[in-house]
Amino acid sequence: MNLLSKISMAVALVAMAACTNNSALDDTNAVNLGGSAGTGSAADPSSPAYFQQAVGDRVLFEVDQSTLNDAARATLLAQANWLLENTDFAATIEGHADEQGTREYNLALGARRANAAREFLISRGVAGSRLKVVSYGKERPIEICSEEACYANNRRAVTVLAGGLTG
Amino acid sequence: MMKFLVSLFLGLSLMVTVAHAQNQPLRIEITEGVIEPLPFAVPNFVPDSGAASELADDLARVVAADLSGTGLFREIPASAYISQVTGFDDPIKFADWKAINAQALVTGAVNVSGNRVTVRFRVWDVFSDKEMEPGMQFSGTRDGWRRMAHKVADAVYSRITGEGGYFDSRVVYVSESGPKNQRRKRLAIMDYDGHNVQYLTDSSAIVLAPRFSPTGDRVLYTSYESGFPRIHVLDVGQVQRRVLESAEGTMSFAPRFSPDGQTVVYSLSQGGNTDLYTMNIASGQAQRLTSTPSIETAPSYSPDGQQIVFESDRSGTPQLYVMSASGGEAKRISFGQGRYGTPVWSPRGDLIAFTKQNKGRFHIGVMRTDGSEERLLTASFLDEGPSWSPNGRVIMFTRETRGENGRSSLYTVDISGRNLRPVRTPDGGSDPAWSPLQK
Repeated sequence: MNLLSKISMAVALVAMAACTNNSALDDTNAVNLGGSAGTGSAADPSSPAYFQQAVGDRVLFEVDQSTLNDAARATLLAQANWLLENTDFAATIEGHADEQGTREYNLALGARRANAAREFLISRGVAGSRLKVVSYGKERPIEICSEEACYANNRRAVTVLAGGLTG
Repeated sequence: MMKFLVSLFLGLSLMVTVAHAQNQPLRIEITEGVIEPLPFAVPNFVPDSGAASELADDLARVVAADLSGTGLFREIPASAYISQVTGFDDPIKFADWKAINAQALVTGAVNVSGNRVTVRFRVWDVFSDKEMEPGMQFSGTRDGWRRMAHKVADAVYSRITGEGGYFDSRVVYVSESGPKNQRRKRLAIMDYDGHNVQYLTDSSAIVLAPRFSPTGDRVLYTSYESGFPRIHVLDVGQVQRRVLESAEGTMSFAPRFSPDGQTVVYSLSQGGNTDLYTMNIASGQAQRLTSTPSIETAPSYSPDGQQIVFESDRSGTPQLYVMSASGGEAKRISFGQGRYGTPVWSPRGDLIAFTKQNKGRFHIGVMRTDGSEERLLTASFLDEGPSWSPNGRVIMFTRETRGENGRSSLYTVDISGRNLRPVRTPDGGSDPAWSPLQK
């Protein structure tokens, strides 16, 4: 399929880019490929805090897009590796949109974004049964200005850990 | 900017004329032409007792506010009156009303008996020296007095315009409070003019886009109560609700009733792809209408139930399409610049209202059902989600202001593009849905 070939290309790119890409929002520059101790702000590398801050819990998207750019793929690869190491955790991937666009369309767009992240994690070996998706459309912005600087951070897919496998 | 102004002016082409020469019956033809609101007077109604006197004044004020709010009528203030109406059956001094150019006169009487209120009224064609059709009366309990006033105003509106009214109607909407990044939303229902607000849910879960059933007794909406968007159906009278079941791993939203109230059409997202489905509400039986990798959402039935207009980005950007209510081939109807969404078929069946996004601005617009004669009615940072008045003359929608302190509120606009007005609500408001006229 189209998506699969895109993903395998993405994986090749990520392998080269992983060392230099950081997660989109965090100041920490750590991408932890091996799942061993990293330099994140949370001391315990198997903690959700470490996942959130050091691995990076979110990826960002271009306007109207749900394709994963290099930075997004690097972050998701690190997420996949963390999830493969820390098998007690499940995750819900939240897809979000900026406020430009109607409520209904943004719900559908958020679903596309969350699913793009989920598909990537599955392609790296994370069991689909551990990964749920939900779209919030434009209902839950993290930044509230009506400028591209805010919009860019609101167009996101966030991997939210749940403490243990559910269903 | 110029282009925008031009399109707004084009939107003004549908207007109102007052067709009233000396010997012709009083009539507003809602047609093309120049608007001159029709001057009318509503003296305070005549109370049958001291107990009715406050109510008699209040009723007349609500009738006057309803009529003035349409932009088609202009109230002559009581300070200009030459004669007073002190008895409901007293002869009308037409000369006194002609002298202040009151073309229509509404007189009324109020009887209060315990908790029972009876309102009688007459509409007078002043320049023809006669009553327009026989008077009528409405009865009800005291706490329903505003509905009686709205019924009087609907009757006056119908007699003068020859069209159905819309004042005795309700609006279900999402009441909003709190800042943009922590917004709390709950379902609310109110009279069309913003009075008598009641809350139908609490704000513990996000709720979106409520829609009335064709008889106004049930509401479909989307709630995150389960953690995922799911469609709920709520019985307005009982405030009972239930979720429409959908499979694990799916999200469902953007529901609307079919005109017979038996079926809901909605969007279902699965594996990142959003398509249209219908579900029989009683049996829970679902049917898939579209199977494309694009987004299909915001479906709305034609009044005869035969067709569905919806939004799809199958062409690369969101545009409007019409297809049979059972699915199949869809015909694109929007071809202008920009992105189109949230189409809603008018209750008359002649127009489709929509949200349009173009060059960083949002518009509410209308077009014919084949996509021709597009007219933009509004423009702002963010206007969206039109809903039709029961008579298909007015559109209510959400307007959100820009920036950190951005706030949502409800507005109405005439389908001519005139008479843009805010609807007062206690908190912010979004996603209005207008009920049919109440029985």
